[in-house]
Amino acid sequence: MKIAVCVKQVPEAAHLRIDPETKRLDRSGEGALNPFDAHAVEEALRLKDATGGGEVVLVSMGPAKAQDALRKALAMGADRAVLVSDDAAAGADLVATSYALAKALERESADVVLFGQQAGDSDGAVLWAAVADRLRLPVVSQAAEITHGDGKLRVKRQTEFGYDVIETPLPAIVAVSDAINEPRYPSLKGIMGAKSKPQETLSLSDLAVESDRRGQGGSRTEVYALNEPPARGDSRRIDDDGNAAQAIVDFLAEKRLV
Amino acid sequence: MSTLVFLEHHGNELLNGSLGVLSKAASLGDTDVAGVIAGSGVRSLADEAGKFGAAKVYVAEDEQLEAPLSQPRVDVLAQLVRDRGIDTVLFGNSVLAADVAAGLAARLNAGLNWDLTDIVQEDGRLVGKRPALQDSVYVDVGWTSEPRLALFRSGSFDPNATGGSAEVEDVQVTLEDFSTAARMIDQAHEESEGPSIEDADVIVAGGRGLGGPENFTLVEELAKALGGAVGATRAVVDAGWYPYATQVGQTGKTVSPKLYIACGISGAIQHKVGMQSSGLIVAINKDPNAPIFEFSDLGVVGDVHEVVPKLTELVKQRKGS
Repeated sequence: MKIAVCVKQVPEAAHLRIDPETKRLDRSGEGALNPFDAHAVEEALRLKDATGGGEVVLVSMGPAKAQDALRKALAMGADRAVLVSDDAAAGADLVATSYALAKALERESADVVLFGQQAGDSDGAVLWAAVADRLRLPVVSQAAEITHGDGKLRVKRQTEFGYDVIETPLPAIVAVSDAINEPRYPSLKGIMGAKSKPQETLSLSDLAVESDRRGQGGSRTEVYALNEPPARGDSRRIDDDGNAAQAIVDFLAEKRLV
Repeated sequence: MSTLVFLEHHGNELLNGSLGVLSKAASLGDTDVAGVIAGSGVRSLADEAGKFGAAKVYVAEDEQLEAPLSQPRVDVLAQLVRDRGIDTVLFGNSVLAADVAAGLAARLNAGLNWDLTDIVQEDGRLVGKRPALQDSVYVDVGWTSEPRLALFRSGSFDPNATGGSAEVEDVQVTLEDFSTAARMIDQAHEESEGPSIEDADVIVAGGRGLGGPENFTLVEELAKALGGAVGATRAVVDAGWYPYATQVGQTGKTVSPKLYIACGISGAIQHKVGMQSSGLIVAINKDPNAPIFEFSDLGVVGDVHEVVPKLTELVKQRKGS
């Protein structure tokens, strides 16, 4: 089975900031594989094994250095990586991103396309549904379990009301929850091997993305202003030195909650 | 303005989240507010929508809309937006609504702003309010073209029954082949046994930091001492440690007790959105960098296995005195 996994490089948590000039996320610092995407990579590797082989290809959009984050996913066991990287893609919102990503996925014609449940930087948790509509493929999100049989996927998903079971023909798109598995740590052999795996970089022109559908210009949303958050009031912090339980009780008593 | 609100339903009732967004839409003024209900045997829900501010309710009835799957609903909304000159579509966040909103954004090449907590008219334009980066910055966002799509964080607006009535219009829709390819095999039904944690004044919740299902007794005993209910994170529910009915978070219950004590919970956004409006939040976690400390009133860096039993004893002593 051929499985494409859409992954993203996100800034390290400590470097998460919005550039006040461009009002975009600052992507100049250190980056890492979006932790939610590691679960999608793990599930892809598991599905590949369960279906007797095939290929796991990573598909990503981001700055050129996002290849570093892709290498981590290659070290986990993915077979190759495709990165869509283009200065003209900067500022792309859901409309522009889903369009370019769909073009990249079209080239791959995978049986299954997997996503992680959200982006650790933008908290976006919707991209799969937009990509599915562009590719005209069925989509299931919040997957807690995926099984394959008879050319179909059976997906157990969690919603606000409990667990649903949904069956979909292939090809299909599935977004997995971060509770679906524990991503493996890359082995030393995996890390060494990743260096020789194919990593391709494509421009938006390579994907025939029209100039008016790229980046900010191809987007339909904008950012007007950045503001300070409202204060949450006093927040206290203590390290337990053996007396934390008493401190909690005192705090609750002060607030008349015990 | 012509606004459409996606009205989600479950168990033959419209969801509070949808009704809250509907009330918000009606309060924006200068706008025709319509709702859309898609399902099978759902026509009777339309009257309810009228009471919360919808002047019109479009009802799409089809057997293929019975299961809560997003893609056929994208077909319904896309057709309505195109045929009825709708310029703004609003959604209250849910697993279903988020997927409908994003599918619609792609179908119509329409801007979608998500995770909004409010929307206002400013200088003659619509502005969405969006907390970002763990709510450390509040971003004003907008749209460069119509239709505008907005997805609101759960619990952003309370439903406000104004007692109006809606004109009901049935709509016929053509569904795309790919939209009906996925099929519901077994649909979740709300578990009804036991009191709901949504009504509790005190909730003591446990996460993966407890170390194992057996340690939930620590949480249960503290909850009992405080006269509260037990909550859980998605991670421990999916791991089978505790029942789904107790799950707090994006795909669980949204709660706002007077006191919320988080034990061994990191505070992932999935959990946070379900409990951040609690009156007072106390967090106990051994990781000083856990995000939960960012939105706790009292944060204790310590081992839950030591702090929680001591706390239970002290609460019991205090109540006994």
